[in-house]
Amino acid sequence: MNENECARVFALLSEYLDQELPAVTCDELEQHLGDCPQCVQFVRSLRRSIELCRQYGGSRSLTQLNPNVMDGLRKAYAEMLSKRRRSQEDPSGTRDAGR
Amino acid sequence: MARSTGGSQIAYDFNVLGEVKSDAELAHDLLTGNEEAFTQFVNAFHARLSHYSFLMCGQREDAEEVAQETLIKVFESIDELRDPGRLKAWVFRIAKNECLMKRRKSAFAPKTELSLDELRPRADGEGHMAGIEIADWDSLPDNLLLDSELQSALMTSIQQLPETYRSVVLLRDVEGLSTNETAEVLELTPDTVKTRLHRGRLALRQYMDLYLRNTRGGRRV
Repeated sequence: MNENECARVFALLSEYLDQELPAVTCDELEQHLGDCPQCVQFVRSLRRSIELCRQYGGSRSLTQLNPNVMDGLRKAYAEMLSKRRRSQEDPSGTRDAGR
Repeated sequence: MARSTGGSQIAYDFNVLGEVKSDAELAHDLLTGNEEAFTQFVNAFHARLSHYSFLMCGQREDAEEVAQETLIKVFESIDELRDPGRLKAWVFRIAKNECLMKRRKSAFAPKTELSLDELRPRADGEGHMAGIEIADWDSLPDNLLLDSELQSALMTSIQQLPETYRSVVLLRDVEGLSTNETAEVLELTPDTVKTRLHRGRLALRQYMDLYLRNTRGGRRV
């Protein structure tokens, strides 16, 4: 265990786990991990912690909205589609301008 | 040369008919008036936005309001979305702004900075006896859903994170946005997102490690 080397590795762990490190740096880091059981355990715990967050994010079930809220959303959606249709049929807006 | 772009390739899995759509496909379906896409989008995003807002705002009632307001704004203005491929980032940016509006009505939280130094476990002992105390992470169930206490501890740990870091961890690790998408939502540079993500992850690991050592014991390595 080399304190300075551990500190350097510690600062790079997220990029390492996200596979965003340059290949050379990644090789150096893995070389250190080969000699440092403390850092290996730490990396495993950090990876597991990130995995838990991802599982947590994927675990939400679909929810049913209150019918009144759903009606409000449907109305906003219908108005947007109608506005979009009008602007596609009359891109310059001249039909409305003359009224 | 980077080994991977680290970009998010996450598509929407609605858990309905096994359908999976990309941002661009979903935006296209919504803009062409596809009723099924509308219902699927509302059901899937309502859950995501409620959850995100709860962990950002801390109040169930605020979270529900934020989710509903966000969805209304999405449907009012989705035709103004310039890049359909960035639908998810656009939706979360609206939600983030809604959360900020809510928070302005309540007390301002002080900004807390996390330093790498305080997040690094220190070895105690000397020479061959030097080591760190760490929880037995390998004993956790593969599936978080199987352990409701663990799930609850994770939620509490996320809420404990200072807001600066929580917002990044939520978008990157819980919601699965890429670094660039997260930067776009939070109006930060990608480098700042990476720095905050690393510190946020380390702090979250630290909180969870403490919880696990208290409940399941630890070991010295």
